[in-house]
Amino acid sequence: MNKNHFEIIRAGVNSTFQDKGRENFYHIGIPFSGAMDNRNYLIANKLVGNNLEFPVLEFAYQGPLLKYLGEKINIAITGDVSFKIKKGSTVIDGICYQTFTLENGDELDVISTNKSVYGYLAVGGEFDLKFQWLSCSTNTKANIGANNGKKLENNQKINLLKINQNLNYKKLNYINTRIENIRVIKGTNFDYFSDEGKKIFFEKEFTISKLTDRMGMRLEGPNIENIVDTNIKSEGLIKGVIQVPADGNPIIMLSDHGTIGGYPKIGVVISADYDKLVQLTPGSKVKFKEVELSSAETLFRLYDLETQNLISQI
Amino acid sequence: MIKNISNLGDAALYCDFGNEVNKEINTKVIRYFKSIKKDNIEGINNLTPSYNKLIVSFDLNKTSYKEIKKKVENLSININEDLLNKKIEIPVCVEEEFSLDIKRLEKKLKINSEKIYENFFDKNFFCYMTGFIAGMPFLGDLDVNLRAKRLETPRVKVPKGSIGITEQFANIYTFESPGGWNIIGNTPLNIFNSFKEVDPNLINPGDLVLFKRITKNQYQNYNE
Repeated sequence: MNKNHFEIIRAGVNSTFQDKGRENFYHIGIPFSGAMDNRNYLIANKLVGNNLEFPVLEFAYQGPLLKYLGEKINIAITGDVSFKIKKGSTVIDGICYQTFTLENGDELDVISTNKSVYGYLAVGGEFDLKFQWLSCSTNTKANIGANNGKKLENNQKINLLKINQNLNYKKLNYINTRIENIRVIKGTNFDYFSDEGKKIFFEKEFTISKLTDRMGMRLEGPNIENIVDTNIKSEGLIKGVIQVPADGNPIIMLSDHGTIGGYPKIGVVISADYDKLVQLTPGSKVKFKEVELSSAETLFRLYDLETQNLISQI
Repeated sequence: MIKNISNLGDAALYCDFGNEVNKEINTKVIRYFKSIKKDNIEGINNLTPSYNKLIVSFDLNKTSYKEIKKKVENLSININEDLLNKKIEIPVCVEEEFSLDIKRLEKKLKINSEKIYENFFDKNFFCYMTGFIAGMPFLGDLDVNLRAKRLETPRVKVPKGSIGITEQFANIYTFESPGGWNIIGNTPLNIFNSFKEVDPNLINPGDLVLFKRITKNQYQNYNE
């Protein structure tokens, strides 16, 4: 039987299926997960004519090399990504935010993300994936979600359930911008830090460490001194929380974070800055800027409006 | 009953029930947790009860801090209502291959292993919270004679099913994971079943747990 499918020639560094995330499981220890950069996830689906909440393939740094076998299909890649499409002996340079049509035997080589971490591949149709608790999002630490909760591996197959018959060309004019100032709301343990520590947090530069993944982003910089016990009684975490352990180096909780933790929370990244935060590569310098809750809410509404606008242009 | 509600970032409520860790405060947390869960409040997408805090996360596309705060403040919580907790028995084998830290504990606590187990088995434990890794229960309170600190250097891999103790708590490693608790045995029972559509975790906050000692033979032939 000639089922439409992709063969994975090279899986890439960390390629996983993700969607909008998994709700209502924090209380048993299961994080939200989902696409790290929500805006680029939604745009990818819209370009290929999918329901916006369909699962997509998320990759980090080096992406996958895929061979497509089946009927014509549209694909789109979002983010800041270098990729090529091989059609026999012809090689086409890929461009983000526009659709390409793949035919039987074509190869899609997602070479790498540029000055960013995550990219998204959406295909016009539906991947054949198993949902777990209403989501396909993969958490490789607890092996939950699509693909048995694992990242993609070389030589495996990705089957397609359905293909969108509409192969119209779609394009969006959009360039990802980078941020250097991360806006945060003071955390619930802000007063656990010395005056000097608080000042350092909002004035000095921090560098993103290599020890950064979907669970958390570690930062290095001047030591943020703690004046109360560094171990608080473990309590709930959400994505964006900035914890400071005894070594004085902040850790930002990202989408696959442990659900509870025991380090003081100095701040929380505002929702409007999350998509941009996760795209910062190790070695990038950041500064934290304080905002009030009401501004954070306005900034989120503006960011969301911008996302909706981009989607409606497609 | 909540001492203070503040915001944790722009998309969560931080409900503070106090700083102490005891069953009384934790029971309040669990009552609120169950009540909010039952009410299915529009926009709330996660609840994280812990010893003395409850985090209520919400979808900023659907609601806001002010709205959710008001709804939580206006909840009528029946403080006398029974928690309707389950009673769960956990079979545990303490053969040498499973009780990785028993020798260390004998030295630290200055009591022999039989005495340690006597003070551990067939006692009522209360589940304060679940989490950190999927399904891991934090159970208290441990007999005062058994309280020890964590390992100074945590293990890179604690075997699945390990029973750990530290300070006033016991836990169960639902997966192989890094960890620093003192391991005193292992259960053949599957505490977290990710294939279950509903209630994948066996032990929930507020449940009562009793550890039952089993032999190696019973462990090997254990059938759920």
